[in-house]
This record gives sequence, C-alpha cells and structure tokens, in this order.
Amino acid sequence: MELILAIAIGVLAASGVYLLLRPRTFQVIIGLSLVSYAVNLFILAMGRLRMDAAPILDRSAVNPGDYTDPVPQALVLTAIVIGFAMTALFLVVLLAARGLTGNDHVDGRLD
Amino acid sequence: MAEPMHMAILPILVPMAAMIANLFFNNLRLADRSVWLVRLNIAFGLALLVVAVALLVMLERLGGSLAVVYPLGNWPAPFGIVLVADRLSATMVLVTSVLSLAALIFATARWHARGTNFFPLFHALTMGLNGAFLTGDLFNLFVFFELLLAASYGLALHGGGRNRVKAALHYIAINLVASFLFLIGVALIYGTTGTLNMADIARAVPLIAPEDRGLFDAGAAVLGVAFLIKAGAWPLHFWLPNTYSAAAPPVAALFAVMTKVGFYAILRLWTLVFANSSGPELAFGQGLLMILGIATIAFGSIGALSSKALDRLASYLILVSAGTLLLAVGYNAPGVTSGALFYVVVATLAAGALFLLKDIIDQILPAEAQVLAVSLEIYGDEDENLDDDEEVSRTVPGSATLVTWCFAIAALIMAGLPPLSGFLSKFAMIAAALDVEAASAATWWLIGAMIVSGLFVLVAMVRNGINIFWTSLPDTDIPRIPTVEIAPIVMLLALCVALAFAAGPAMDFFTDTAAFIHAPGAYVSSVLTEPPTP
Repeated sequence: MELILAIAIGVLAASGVYLLLRPRTFQVIIGLSLVSYAVNLFILAMGRLRMDAAPILDRSAVNPGDYTDPVPQALVLTAIVIGFAMTALFLVVLLAARGLTGNDHVDGRLD
Repeated sequence: MAEPMHMAILPILVPMAAMIANLFFNNLRLADRSVWLVRLNIAFGLALLVVAVALLVMLERLGGSLAVVYPLGNWPAPFGIVLVADRLSATMVLVTSVLSLAALIFATARWHARGTNFFPLFHALTMGLNGAFLTGDLFNLFVFFELLLAASYGLALHGGGRNRVKAALHYIAINLVASFLFLIGVALIYGTTGTLNMADIARAVPLIAPEDRGLFDAGAAVLGVAFLIKAGAWPLHFWLPNTYSAAAPPVAALFAVMTKVGFYAILRLWTLVFANSSGPELAFGQGLLMILGIATIAFGSIGALSSKALDRLASYLILVSAGTLLLAVGYNAPGVTSGALFYVVVATLAAGALFLLKDIIDQILPAEAQVLAVSLEIYGDEDENLDDDEEVSRTVPGSATLVTWCFAIAALIMAGLPPLSGFLSKFAMIAAALDVEAASAATWWLIGAMIVSGLFVLVAMVRNGINIFWTSLPDTDIPRIPTVEIAPIVMLLALCVALAFAAGPAMDFFTDTAAFIHAPGAYVSSVLTEPPTP
C-alpha cells in the first residue's frame, strides 16, 4: 500500500510539475491542481498509513495505537479547501488575462 | 484590559471587524456615503495603530524576557493553536499598522474608488499580516499566509488593466507553488516531530531519531524555500519587481511589508530550531542564507541601477533590503540581528513612502516629461545652452519643494547615508559584526555587501532624482497635491527621521529583542508552560 501511494504521489507531482512549466495558462492550472492532489496525499501519508482504524477516539480509556492520527486528516481538509479556493481565484484571473490579451500564453504573447 | 493576554489577538480582530463593517456599510443608504466610508476606515486604521502601540507598551511593562501567549479556545499549548506576542512580533505588527494606516489615508484620496472592495481587501491583508506575525503554530502560519495572499491577489489586481492582470497572473502562480511547498515542509516536520507548535518543535528537534533526521532537515529546507520565495530572495524573486511596480501605489506600499513576512518567518524558525544547535544544519543554513543574501543584494543593486521608472526602482530597493536582512539572519549573531530589526523597521517605512511618493510625482510631472528626461539622458540635449532670459528659473511651487525633500530623505534612508536612521541601522549591523574577536571572511562579505549596495542605491536614487526634479517643469500649472496624499508620506518619513533621533532607546529595545530571540529557551518555556485560564 505504501508503494502504491508513493507511486501515485510521484506520478501526480511529476505530471503536475511538467504541466506547470508549460507556456499555456490552462496547462498551468491543471498542473497546479495535480500538484495540489499530490501534496494532499503526501500530508495524509505523513500521519502514517493505517487500514481500518478510526481517527476519532470513542471511549475514555483507550490505546492511542489503535487509532489513526487525526491531525493530518484535519490538515488535509484545510489544505483542500484553501487550495480549491485559490485555484478558483486563479481561474478567474486567467480568464481576465485571456480576455485582455486575446490568447492564453502565460506572458500574454502572440506567437 | 484586565487580562493582558487578550491583547495578543486584538491586532487580528480589529482588521477583521473593519472588514465586516465595510461589507455591511456597502448596503447602507446614507446621504454622504463616501465621506463616512473614508472616516470609518481611517478610524479602524487608527484603532489598529493604538492596539499595536498598546501591545508593545504592555510587553515592555511585563519585562523583556516574556512572551504573551494566547491559547485559542483555551486549549493547552502543544495541542491547541496559540498566538504568541513577543517583542519581535509586536514590532512587526506595529510596522504593519503604521504602514497600513499611511497607505489607507493615501488611498482615500483617489485610489479606493478605482475598483470594487478596496477597503475590505485591504483590511484582510492587514489581518493576514498581523496573524502571520503573531501565530505560534506552523499550520496556522500557513492559513494566515493564504489569507494575506488571497487578499493580496485581489489588491494586486485593483485598478485593473492589462499590465496588472499579467503581473498578477505570474504572482498568483508562483505563490500557489510556494504554498504547496509550504504544505510539504509542514507535513514533513509534522511527520518527524509529531507537532506543529513552533515552541514544541524547538523542544522536539533534539529528540528526533537519527534515521528521521534527514527527513526533518528536508522538511525544514522545503519550508525554507517557501519562505525565501515570499522574502524575495535570489533566484526566487523574479515575480517581485513586476508585481510591485504594476500594483496600485497604496497597495504596493503595503506590499513593502509583505516580503518582510518571509524574513520574519525565517528569523523566527531559524533562531528557534537551528541557530543554537551546532549540527551540520547550522553551517549549511548559515552559508546558504549568506550566499543568497549577497546574491539578492547584488541583483537588487544592479536592478536599481538599470531601472528608469521610480516604481521599478522602489521594487529593486525592496530586493536590496530583503537581501540585507537575509544576510543579517545568516550571520546569526545577536548584535547583527538587533541592527537588522532596526533596519527592517526603517527600510519598510521608507520603501512604503517611496511607492506613495511615486504616485504624487506622476501627478506633478506628466508621463511624457518623464520619458523625455530618460531619452535626454541617452541621446543628449540638443539645445543645452539656455537663452539668457530663461536661465532664471521660475519659482518652484511649495508642493514640489516638499516632494523633493521627501524624495531626498527617502534616498538618504534607503542608501544608508548619515545622518538618518538608515545609516544608523546599517552602522549597528556592521559594528556588531566587527565586534567579535576574530573577523572571519563572512564578516568582510557582510560589510562589503552592505557598503557597496549603499553606493549602488545612492547612484540609482540620485540619477532618478535628477531625471525627475531637474527637468523643465511643465508649462501648465502644477496641480495642487491633496493634503491627504502628501500627509501619509510626510508621516512615514518623519517617523524614520524621529527614529534617528531616538536611536539610543530604539537600539536598546532591539538589542533586548535580539537577545530574546537568540535564546529561544525563554520563548519555548513561556509557550509550553502557559497555565490554563479558568
């Protein structure tokens, strides 16, 4: 499972970085989204991978080892929300730039 | 205030209240709405300034070795999020509130009406800045960073136009990438230390298992890259000059403090975690910060020399000051840090004033005259010999004289020439660097970079001043400069001049502050042993 997750993060990050470096704004925004998925999975993985363990303690006297770490899940939730909002904002700016320059090159260049 | 710790959250709450009040105000039907809108916002700006001063005064009264800790929701320290106000963060909050008040007053003249929602976004940026300075939690720092960035995206676009949108596009893209790097760094640090509280991280770092040490260092390095992007360090600064010179002047003035957030975050975490250990991370980080600092200064100085417009020049001056600060952090000596703290206050205020001044100069001198001055410099003046009756120049109007004086003061401060505070702060850094027993190569690099950059900045400022002020005045009458536009500039520069006169007490204060942040034990213990409030 660790291997599958690591490969998934790696593939997402690599394709995201490749797209980020492309000259079209649409490719940049897709690249940003892919990188954000990779980062979110990475944060989750930093809380150690556990199968079939709840993140919420439900009894008073419990062994914390039976549960998965809830903090990274809370962090991922925040990161997803913020990343999504920022991507949406970027999309608006991208459309404005498209409208003003007439093309979707990141430098607004005609080529 | 009965509970001193509640002061720590007020610099965040006041701009938030201002933001909400502005949103409600938009729906009000009033006879003289615009007048009241201006009054409302200046009142909130003043309130924030009062709160920031009160916070600093309160910290002074409590004694220098103490940080005021505010546990949000009253959760005990390593588990809940805390706000920590020590002298460093209180100083930065004060700088932010002074600069934001000045920019706010300036903006009420014309700029706030150039787009929608200027005031809410402006207060949101102030709130994000204050929050980033006050928080004691790494993930909370990320959230406040995002808050200030989201507001700054809106403000960078304020006024619209092709240039702004293009600059903002690059700015947003690079900052989104920086945010992801920030998250990766935070995740790695959480994965190895199991905590996000900065004080708790400082406590946990010596206990990290040796096999996890590399992972932690990688996390710290990735986090450092994110901060260096915000701080505008070479080679991660290419977004900065375009964004700052394209932004509306009051916005650019407030952006002057935004690069200082990166500096603050680096200084805070560096002194907390690495500066007092003697591991390989110390040597690596010290060398890297110093090299990056010198490279940033070099790039900023050359950029300043090459820039023909005042707003670009001011952006490159921001880079020079960012490099100087990185160099000082990398040098890692309390004396140098205290000089750097003095410098960050002075340089931020002067750079903000310069961005505002640029707008006034644009009003006095039409753009064509400025272009003419630049082309005259390149191609030479064809008829340099004036007629006899033209040699006696017309009387220079009072407003133009005032602007000239402001420019001269700003130039003296940015170049670090005596007798003003820019010189005193650079002198403090150099004197402290020379004070150690054996001056190493690093000392000479520090001194050389600071002095040479001062020369470059001086040449660039003088050349720009000649182009702007020694041209023929336009034949038409010079438009009257509104008092609300010139007053904030005079206020900022007067504050810099006053700091030169009050340099003794100010340096005492910064020396104590630097001693406090270079001995992180006091910070850690005051955060972690904060008694729960009933």
